[in-house]
Amino acid sequence: MTNLKQPLVFLAQSVGLALAVVVLNFLLIQLAPGDPVSVIVGEMGGASEEVIAQMRAAYGLDKSVLEQLLIYVSKVAVGDLGYSYYHNSPVLQLIMQRLPATVLLALSALTLAVVLGTLVGVLSARKPHGLLSSFVTVVSLIGYAAPVFWTGLMLLLLFSAIWPIFPTSGMVQMRAPKGFMYYVDVAHHLVLPAVTLASIYIASYSRLSRTSMIDVLSQDYIRTARAKGLPEGKVVYKHGLRNGLIPVVTMVGLQFGQLFAGATLVETVFNWPGLGRLAFESILRRDYPTILGILLMTSILVMVANALTDLAYRLVDPRIRSKRA
Amino acid sequence: MSTAPLLEVTDLVVEVDNGKRILPVLDGVTFSVDAGRTLGLVGESGCGKSMTALAIMGLLPQGFRVKSGDIKLDGKSLLSMGPDALRKLRGSVMSMVFQEPMTSLNPVFTVGDQIGEALRLHEHLNAADARTRAIEMLRAVQIPAPEERVDNYPHQLSGGMRQRVMIAMALACRPRLLICDEPTTALDVTVQAQIFSLLETLQKEMGTSIILITHDLGAVAEMADDVAVLYAGKRAEAGPVATILDNPSHPYTRGLMSCTPRLRLGSAALTPGHTLAEVRGMVPPLGQFEAGCRFSPRCPMADAHCHAAPPPDVHLGASQTVLCWKVTQEQAA
Repeated sequence: MTNLKQPLVFLAQSVGLALAVVVLNFLLIQLAPGDPVSVIVGEMGGASEEVIAQMRAAYGLDKSVLEQLLIYVSKVAVGDLGYSYYHNSPVLQLIMQRLPATVLLALSALTLAVVLGTLVGVLSARKPHGLLSSFVTVVSLIGYAAPVFWTGLMLLLLFSAIWPIFPTSGMVQMRAPKGFMYYVDVAHHLVLPAVTLASIYIASYSRLSRTSMIDVLSQDYIRTARAKGLPEGKVVYKHGLRNGLIPVVTMVGLQFGQLFAGATLVETVFNWPGLGRLAFESILRRDYPTILGILLMTSILVMVANALTDLAYRLVDPRIRSKRA
Repeated sequence: MSTAPLLEVTDLVVEVDNGKRILPVLDGVTFSVDAGRTLGLVGESGCGKSMTALAIMGLLPQGFRVKSGDIKLDGKSLLSMGPDALRKLRGSVMSMVFQEPMTSLNPVFTVGDQIGEALRLHEHLNAADARTRAIEMLRAVQIPAPEERVDNYPHQLSGGMRQRVMIAMALACRPRLLICDEPTTALDVTVQAQIFSLLETLQKEMGTSIILITHDLGAVAEMADDVAVLYAGKRAEAGPVATILDNPSHPYTRGLMSCTPRLRLGSAALTPGHTLAEVRGMVPPLGQFEAGCRFSPRCPMADAHCHAAPPPDVHLGASQTVLCWKVTQEQAA
């Protein structure tokens, strides 16, 4: 009974949240200055009043805001995100073209940040006053404090210009290779953007896991594990890490939203063909349907990520499992 | 007892380096535990009881080290052993139950996992056998429905149950020596009695020697065969429980006894108007010990001599040892 009720409640909450996101974003965009028709007309090189009025009518911009909102919401409800003013193609299709690149970038960066950050954090927690620990603290604070676009540009300068071992931009070469080599090429292009995006988060994960592990390693149950005769590696990586990871998992969930914001900047610096760059370009073009679609899609992604975090949280912490079950 | 003792601690000196100074924690502690017997290690907080236990287990915290003396288990010196050899003894030949059952179990593993872990490590059991043995151990520590409890996490158990789990874990490999560091301090009085009787039952069954660390002389009277009283890192008095409780010779032991209502006072404790005594003052902080007898600032009998020079160990009868000038003077007189 309770097992069935829980996902249903979660689903209802998610739908409500998505609806709120749609309405709020729609109204917010109405507040922004600029008008899509005048942008299009400007790019066309001007048009008569008559043509402009015709275009407004065609896009439904002559209706009242409330009417427009109702139309939009009812369309979104059946999975129709509308038509891009600029690209002249369905928004959903545009998003789906760009989504994989962003997800690839975001997940690679996140994985890199979590794995590297946690590893470094745990190592420095074992000797909190050692050299490695101070080194980690300084380097991670620099990574955290430096703006992403600056880090990106510096990496480009170092590894694409001075020592050109990585490509400067894009996701594949002009003449993309076929088969397995295609994936190698994408991976090659992925290195710098992913490292750049990860640089912000490595700091938080290494600091967090360091603090968390120092705390965990001073707990009574760690002494119990040692009293049992377990070798030190097992004490730290089995009894310690399982507990030390709990705040890390929380942080992953909280950072998903920020990750997409960071991805927008990185995609712009590295010309990565993802959702973030599409969003950036669409804002400049006043392409409302595309902006709204992207915002909705990222909101849904964040919700899915939070649900997954919740699930992961239960896996690592049995106390939560039984409390909510 | 003609056989050699299971555990012999001789002149143990432990110090701590706090970064600025090196401070003595234990200063010449000597005692032994015979096979199958129970030693009560008594004293107030800060007297070095727990540090003695951790030194035996080889689990002294960072900064603490054994400076001199020896710890022999079954005739073999634990101090000259390599860390790996010592680790293999922990949990198999000697094990420990800690004071805080609420925090001493790992919250993310089931109790079955935690009990079975020692068995898989030391006796190389597979997962299924370790689980079966874990259930047997849970039954041995009288936890109801052990087949279900084995899959519980610590937060699903009460404090008393958790301490039973700790005991099950410590005894899983049938160790020869079990150190219980204030095993009942965090528990209800009714649960305390249950835990003590459980320990006694298991001791009879397995022939394990027990070191019971406590500040409760009542518990010592019930449980222990021998007792060693520690004060400020020194052994104040030691001997068989019956002798010490009948004839406490160190003023500190006498002080502790007068603080224990159910002991020696008999019905007087229950008489209205009877006030419970206290030992005035506090255990001095590390490194701030008196030049003479360390107890002299709190001792009702102390004179100039006590303040000036540290007392020698005096033997009273066959088995009692006391660290006190007054006893020395009485003997000389």
